[in-house]
Amino acid sequence: MTTIKPAEGAPGARILGVGGYRPRRRVTNDELAQVMDTNDEWIQSRVGIAERRWAEDDETLVEMAVAAGGKALAASGLAPDQVDLVIVASASLRHPIPGIGPQVAHRLGIPRPGAFDLNAGCAGFCYALGLASDAIRTGSARHVVVVGVERLTDVTDRNDRATAVIFADGAGAVVVGPSDEPGIGPVAWGSDGDQYSAIEIDVESAFLTMAGQAVYRWATTRLTETLQEAMDKAGVTAADIDVFAPHQANLRIIESMAKKLGFGERTVIARDIVQAGNTSAASIPLALGALLESGEAKSGDLALVLGYGAGLTFAGQVLRLP
Amino acid sequence: MASTQEIQAGLGEILEEVAGVAPADATPEKSFTDDLDVDSLSMVEIATAVEDKFGVAIPDDQLANIKTVGDAISFIESNQG
Repeated sequence: MTTIKPAEGAPGARILGVGGYRPRRRVTNDELAQVMDTNDEWIQSRVGIAERRWAEDDETLVEMAVAAGGKALAASGLAPDQVDLVIVASASLRHPIPGIGPQVAHRLGIPRPGAFDLNAGCAGFCYALGLASDAIRTGSARHVVVVGVERLTDVTDRNDRATAVIFADGAGAVVVGPSDEPGIGPVAWGSDGDQYSAIEIDVESAFLTMAGQAVYRWATTRLTETLQEAMDKAGVTAADIDVFAPHQANLRIIESMAKKLGFGERTVIARDIVQAGNTSAASIPLALGALLESGEAKSGDLALVLGYGAGLTFAGQVLRLP
Repeated sequence: MASTQEIQAGLGEILEEVAGVAPADATPEKSFTDDLDVDSLSMVEIATAVEDKFGVAIPDDQLANIKTVGDAISFIESNQG
């Protein structure tokens, strides 16, 4: 009988480069307080955000994804034609057909790669990173560009003080390639579909709504086990983690998770939300990029990441920073 | 089963730990939001701490009905065990 030949994969996969794009327009809490019933103290104490970026008309999903992806490619040292898979994670596409993955790949100068979009809410980046790592290890791809990009302001009611102060825009990207030593740990992922309506775009208003208390409770109680699972699967403990970069949803959730995992002085905690707001699928690569740029995180550091959000979905893994 | 006094004392400890409320201030007539300056997310933290300490379940829809320290004490009393 004829047998089907399997692909030849790499022993491991690792991140080769990180890049981000932050929209030009900064929106401070004071600016929001001029148009809605809120104030800096209220916003900072509830969600820990001081300012966020709002994309202008020309800063489209594709433009932001291309800018972030291009920076990640440059940081990786790879030529575009070495990439054979592009995954764009986003939850804020207003026009779902066509997906933007192929267009982003084309604009990056990558010839005819596998390319698609992935919607796993704010967990999208970590879902995509898990798939990228697996594609490289199984031989489906050699080099992968993973982008998280959002224009949440397109789906946010700018007069709703419960959501307008939180959700923002931006793009973050990584390039993933083969390695002898694993640089991306096994993904710990899952979903709680019984809470599908906790974060959703309301059909009538077309605006994003969130059951804040339910999501906060879920994130601060149910996700600790996922973070632990990601570390267990990678064979590391909290004492080994140099950088903790969970999805930047709410500073209080970040601090609660860090406390529950027992991170001490030696672990750098990503707090990019203070400057970026909640950028959903873009938040983790944006946060990692900022820490590497500022020198707070170094090449070779071990990072723990966790995306979580609409679905409800969650995915986390341990990474070696490039 | 914890007595009313034990519940009040235990709830007081949780309020102090989670929201920095002085134990002497956590009297039954106090409103969490208006008197004790406890915000909606801290209410969730209080609810999960109460669940762990007293073995009760406080779903979000019921949490919305707990306005005062006394409401919380009554809820725990009637749902524990």
